[in-house]
Amino acid sequence: MGGEGARITSLGLEGITKRFPGVLACDGVSLDVGEGEVLALVGENGAGKTTLMNILMGLYRPDEGRILLNGVEQRFRSPSDAFAAGIGMVHQHFMLVPNLTVTENVALGMRSAHRGLRLDMKAVRRRIAEVSERHGLPVQAEAYVWQLSVGEQQRVELVKTLCLGARFLILDEPTSALTPQETDELIALLKHMTRELSVIFISHKLHEVKALSDTVTILRQGRVVFRGRTADHSPADLAALMTGHEVVLPCNACADECGKPLLVARDLKVRGDRGHLALDGLELELRSGEILGLAGVSGNGQRELAEAINGLRRIESGSIELAGEAIANLGPEEVIAKGMGYIPEDRNTEGIVPSFSIKENLVLKDFGTPAFSRASFLRLGAIDGNAEALKERFDIRCPSTKTAAGSLSGGNIQKVILARELARGPKALVAVYPTRGLDMGAEEYIHNQLLARRCEGVGILLISEELEEIMNLSDRIAVIYKGRVLAVIPGKDATKARLGMLMAGVVDE
Amino acid sequence: MDLLATLQNILSIGVPFSVALLIAGLGEMFNQRAGVFNLGCEGIMAMGAFLAFLPPFFLKAGPWAAYGNLLGLAAAMGAGALLGLLFALVTVSFKAPQGIAGIGLQMLGWGAAGTLFRHFVGGVTGIEGIPTLPIPGLSKLPFLGPVLFNHSVIAYLAFLLVPASWWLLFKTPWGLKVRAVGTYPRAADTLGIDVRRIRYQALALGGAMAGLAGAYLSLCQAKMFADDMIAGRGFIAVALVYFGRWHPAGILFGALLFSLAQAFQLAVQVLGIKFPYEFAVMLPYVLVIVVLSLARKSRMLGPSALGKPFDREMRI
Ligand SMILES: Nc1ncnc2c1ncn2[C@@H]1O[C@H](COP(=O)(O)OP(=O)(O)OP(=O)(O)O)[C@@H](O)[C@H]1O
Ligand SMILES: [Mg+2]
Repeated sequence: MGGEGARITSLGLEGITKRFPGVLACDGVSLDVGEGEVLALVGENGAGKTTLMNILMGLYRPDEGRILLNGVEQRFRSPSDAFAAGIGMVHQHFMLVPNLTVTENVALGMRSAHRGLRLDMKAVRRRIAEVSERHGLPVQAEAYVWQLSVGEQQRVELVKTLCLGARFLILDEPTSALTPQETDELIALLKHMTRELSVIFISHKLHEVKALSDTVTILRQGRVVFRGRTADHSPADLAALMTGHEVVLPCNACADECGKPLLVARDLKVRGDRGHLALDGLELELRSGEILGLAGVSGNGQRELAEAINGLRRIESGSIELAGEAIANLGPEEVIAKGMGYIPEDRNTEGIVPSFSIKENLVLKDFGTPAFSRASFLRLGAIDGNAEALKERFDIRCPSTKTAAGSLSGGNIQKVILARELARGPKALVAVYPTRGLDMGAEEYIHNQLLARRCEGVGILLISEELEEIMNLSDRIAVIYKGRVLAVIPGKDATKARLGMLMAGVVDE
Repeated sequence: MDLLATLQNILSIGVPFSVALLIAGLGEMFNQRAGVFNLGCEGIMAMGAFLAFLPPFFLKAGPWAAYGNLLGLAAAMGAGALLGLLFALVTVSFKAPQGIAGIGLQMLGWGAAGTLFRHFVGGVTGIEGIPTLPIPGLSKLPFLGPVLFNHSVIAYLAFLLVPASWWLLFKTPWGLKVRAVGTYPRAADTLGIDVRRIRYQALALGGAMAGLAGAYLSLCQAKMFADDMIAGRGFIAVALVYFGRWHPAGILFGALLFSLAQAFQLAVQVLGIKFPYEFAVMLPYVLVIVVLSLARKSRMLGPSALGKPFDREMRI
């Protein structure tokens, strides 16, 4: 894209401040990125990274501060102004319209293809072909976005941003929804692209930061707390600077005291959304007081398994028992009543009601119990008390427990869900990608919580793609492949290589 | 009884019945594709019918009589667009709940049209209206002639609006923006598209089309004005958009189905078939409800942000 438009030799933010009701999201932040440089922007959940980038793109108006491009002050009123200046952003959440094709999604932003009432789709297709060729980013141009996997959608986002002529790229957690393989591919690709582009890269995974960036800036509670060269600091240093304390991800070191079988699935057959058998004769046994890690490439039936256990998906055949009682094809309410806890994959749509307040979300499963209601009236005092106690205990960072849960940062939403599920004292807990998108501090915290529950005798089914997470926490590891459990191995014996082979469906001893 | 003649009769009554529903439905489709449903369609149609009626009524004998109908059409569409913009102001800028605002607009249009009619006109008076325009040659075809080629010029226009709307929605930059804004406004916003402007434009277009639909009723179909002449057609048009899965062809199908059912029930009454007429009158409405409830709920294709106001700085 080098030829078009002026070069961006430097981009600077000066004293950017942004307030939301009750929150100071950015507090006098300054940044500088030179030509061809990769700046990693890291910080805890809610530190203000996304807000800062949205300001740079002209989506939010800053309360104070200026944006300088090649030393000249800019006023971006909308993302079109930022595009015109050569800045493009891949957002934390996909910004693709699901019922449009890939080409249409790109055409939407490509002003040069809008010729009055004529939409020059040929030009758009040519541009997509050109960009995907140049950067090695194959996309299915005629497919609808809803038909694409998460990894493919991420590629489309990149292609879209590059098609719009970005010479300065902002990437907001581009890897948080990807599988480890997809992440590796993306990082390799980005390394290649940074030869001709300047980049601001946001991530919670410090090894990615190390692999990709030249300089690193750390935000904490809206303020820059550190600036330095990436090469001079180890991931552990950065993690400590980020959270303000040393981060040690805990390991499962408890003695291996086999409990009784708690959650048992036999010959489970469940259909996926597209009608195929997503679970095809799955066998699983979770004992009380253990963490059973379920490793596997996403899309091999993990989602369907979690939903089937929790009464959210019909079971074709087979049985599920929780502590000796059959729970197959019971409704979610009955499954909850039998002592099941659930941390769902999609926290915003399944884990919380975003427009409800935090305190309401914290009693979502229990508002009908005598603890929180009397004679069909809610006991508001008890609900407030519960929320304050859990806020304290789980360190939920929020302006108040009356805040809408949807306005919290990802990590804090996850803490709300975790607080609700754990405080109920479940017998078994299904945790699906519980640390996806979370910062190191939150990850450490959640791992500690899961281990503590395990020692109290709760059986935990931990579904994750992060091998490290699974290996650190699990007593036993089951590998799921094409809707069946291929093998179950003790956590101590697991190696990355062995799990990787099993996840690819290779079983030879 | 000649079956073919009866069929021809039903079809040639049913086809013009569908015109107002079709125009209003296509207009409502643009509203909903942009993410706003306008229940006030009925009120805009009433205003359109009334304003279209006024010029030919007042200019009846004067030197300007020839322009009465044209003026009427322009007034109806202009007022429709303005009411659409008013609705946009209330729902897009002020973020009022769309359902309530729509009911308000329906009552405003309906009440204002009736009151103004009684003030300026008084009793029921006919106008000459827009005459039918048989298409030379084609209208003489057996069977097909009277069914398809013997209507007013607006009816032909309405059927041409089906491919035109399809083209506008699916083949132009504006249509692409409308579809994006109604499905995932935040994504459109991050691409620099002004969500509010597109919604204003779509509501103005939808309003103008609802006004035209009303004008068809007073100028072509009834050739008079009465304040209850819309008779729920605006609401049916809103339902037809769901029925037609936000697609022009689906809306055409729905409008024809409903109108033919209505023509059929009229025929049942006229022919004196022994069947309680109350049930016959219900038939078209029951049909719409049944088909609506049987229709597959594939939200994948529709505007999933329908009914939700957009605010850039709101996370939820
Ligand atoms: N639109 C909004 N309305 C209200 N508060 C907001 C809004 N956007 C962000 N915030 C608040 O501002 C703070 C910064 O949020 P931001 O999304 O920038 O964090 P982040 O660093 O990107 O976190 P994460 O790593 O979870 O993505 C948070 O406390 C958040 O709750
Ligand atoms: Mg963020």
